[in-house]
Amino acid sequence: MERWIERQKNILDFTLSSLFRRKWKNAALALVYVFLVFLLASVIFFTHALKQEAGIILQNAPEMIVQRSIAGRQAPIPLSYIDKLKDITGVSAVKKRLWGYYYDPTAGANYTVMAPEDVQLDPRSIIIGEGVSRTRQVFKGSTMRFRAYDGKIIAFEVKSIMPSESELVSSDLVLMSEDGFRRLFDASGEYATDLTLQVKNPRELSVIASKVVHALPDTRPILRDELLRTYESVFDWRSGMALFLVSGAILAFLILAWDKASGMSHEEKREIGILKGIGWETSEVVLMKFWEGMVVSLSAFLAGIILAYIHVFFTSAAFFEPALKGWAVLYPRFKLTPFIDASQVATLLFLTVVPYTLATVIPSWRAATVDPDSVMRM
Amino acid sequence: MIFHPAIIALCVASLFICLMIAYSAYYGIKIVKGWDIKSGSEQQLVLERRTYLISAILTYVFGFYLISLFLYVFTVDRLHIVFTGAMCAAGVLKVNSYGYPTLLLKIMIFIFAGLWLIVNYADNRAYDYPIIKTKYLLLLILTPLVITEMILQAGYFLQMHPNIITSCCGSLFSEGKSSLTSELASLPVVPMEVAFYLSMLLTVYLGISFHRKGEKGYLFSVTVAIAFLISLVSIISFISVYYYELPTHHCPFCILQKEYGYIGYFLYVALLGGAVSGMGVGVLMPFRNIESLTGIIPSTQRKLALIAVVFFLIFTALVTYRIVFSNLVLVS
Repeated sequence: MERWIERQKNILDFTLSSLFRRKWKNAALALVYVFLVFLLASVIFFTHALKQEAGIILQNAPEMIVQRSIAGRQAPIPLSYIDKLKDITGVSAVKKRLWGYYYDPTAGANYTVMAPEDVQLDPRSIIIGEGVSRTRQVFKGSTMRFRAYDGKIIAFEVKSIMPSESELVSSDLVLMSEDGFRRLFDASGEYATDLTLQVKNPRELSVIASKVVHALPDTRPILRDELLRTYESVFDWRSGMALFLVSGAILAFLILAWDKASGMSHEEKREIGILKGIGWETSEVVLMKFWEGMVVSLSAFLAGIILAYIHVFFTSAAFFEPALKGWAVLYPRFKLTPFIDASQVATLLFLTVVPYTLATVIPSWRAATVDPDSVMRM
Repeated sequence: MIFHPAIIALCVASLFICLMIAYSAYYGIKIVKGWDIKSGSEQQLVLERRTYLISAILTYVFGFYLISLFLYVFTVDRLHIVFTGAMCAAGVLKVNSYGYPTLLLKIMIFIFAGLWLIVNYADNRAYDYPIIKTKYLLLLILTPLVITEMILQAGYFLQMHPNIITSCCGSLFSEGKSSLTSELASLPVVPMEVAFYLSMLLTVYLGISFHRKGEKGYLFSVTVAIAFLISLVSIISFISVYYYELPTHHCPFCILQKEYGYIGYFLYVALLGGAVSGMGVGVLMPFRNIESLTGIIPSTQRKLALIAVVFFLIFTALVTYRIVFSNLVLVS
């Protein structure tokens, strides 16, 4: 065992010094390699972190939302439905939700307006998100004017601004009292925007959902799990698309790697010829070529991953934000929580190192099997 | 079809490996047909050189399949979110009929490639490559396995239909869908525990005696194969249960997760490593008496037996530690 390790160490040592002698020739390939790993790793880290974030946020979402739809569009739901839903066995609580969107022409942005039941607000005051505050330059104590459904201006006093930790969800949020909400949008007191359900046993969710559809045929229940699943698929789809787009680059890289590995310089050929001349076996030259590939691959892989980590988690993925996140006027500013697991690294390994290794195995074997006399005579 | 990066990675890597294996098999056939060590012809020289390439490719395939095996389970596990009722990999593998066969093939290919490398190692050390034809015939068995695995894996991922909301659709997706069961059938605890410890005891005993005297190689190898299967069944039957501390949860995949300190990786690597090196002893048995190998194979086999014993001991130690210190008591 010890001999084996010594042998590998010596060959690795030789490989490193030989690589270093030809550093400029290898630098170009390594640079492209690093860039490719960086690109792929950024996509994967970024979408994964976004999924993680979405999952954390949805953890606090209601287990089931019941919306009414008329002619395929969402419509206000009558409060009388609450009692009907409470009658379903297994439902522990039903709450109404009042929310909507308000377009603010001065900011050119849409706000999400909500009238939460658990926050006590007087009819003239509001709580706003960081994004709203930033765009409209309103702060605690200032007055914000809204144009009601009938054209009248209603003034609200900003009671507080939501903490920035929750900015991803609260950036465009405006919270007001139920009275204020109904006055702004002319929402009748007999209706709510939708209803949320709490269930005693989460395993019964889908059964209860079908009971809801049965009891109130004009409604549609949406489960939290379905939301989670959809987010998961949307982000997977986006990162999959991005990977497909860079697959051309991967292919180009493989061709470059193949070409570099087969187009050995005269000097390299002579080196191998001399090695074999002084008694190296073909298998040892193959081993040397294996270590050469590993050194290049793993250094590029590590460098690419570190760069991608910095790119995604320190600069909030400045390069891809527009493509992968979507955009909005009131876009929240947020830092992603670093999250990397072994499967991401293995995925990257399979997308870069495996194809590289397999693309270079034949050229390196060719190099290893050259006849010493023919190269030395050249 | 789900556009998950890991799925794309698995399929791409499988495709590459398939191409390389097909390439090796092509030259494998040439070697089986035209190999003649006594000849000094140019063709023989070319074939001799090819053998270096094929060993290199197979070494990579072996390494990649180990990672691919774990990445496959990991990815599948991650997908449980998009299927109603699936709690972990066990449920997701059941979404269509390709899931489990792919997993089994991956394990088989890993073991097979490992055994091939052992034969290759022994053969390369002899001056006249005495078992080269057998070796390349074995490679021809491996090739269809790898190709089938690629097709099954692609089929599995392509035929996945996640339960997700599509916009403006009013119907409930989860409704009426038969939910996937996550639990696996498992064998009773006490007989399995007895069988597990007996098989481990026997394996270790035979392994040590083989290491010392070099006898009963076939028996040791068969015992290793049986012990490997018993261990897999035991993981489902009771080992996983001790890790989860939940008498009803028999999943062999959840132990790979962070919640259990990734202990599953150690367990499976020990088990697979033990199986490959232990079975390698048996695979080498028929070639023991070939003249140029008499000085090589017995020492290789002894080393392999020792490695297998060490791996199985690590596995048993990990399991026993958990059984003793688990908060769960299955057998009082």
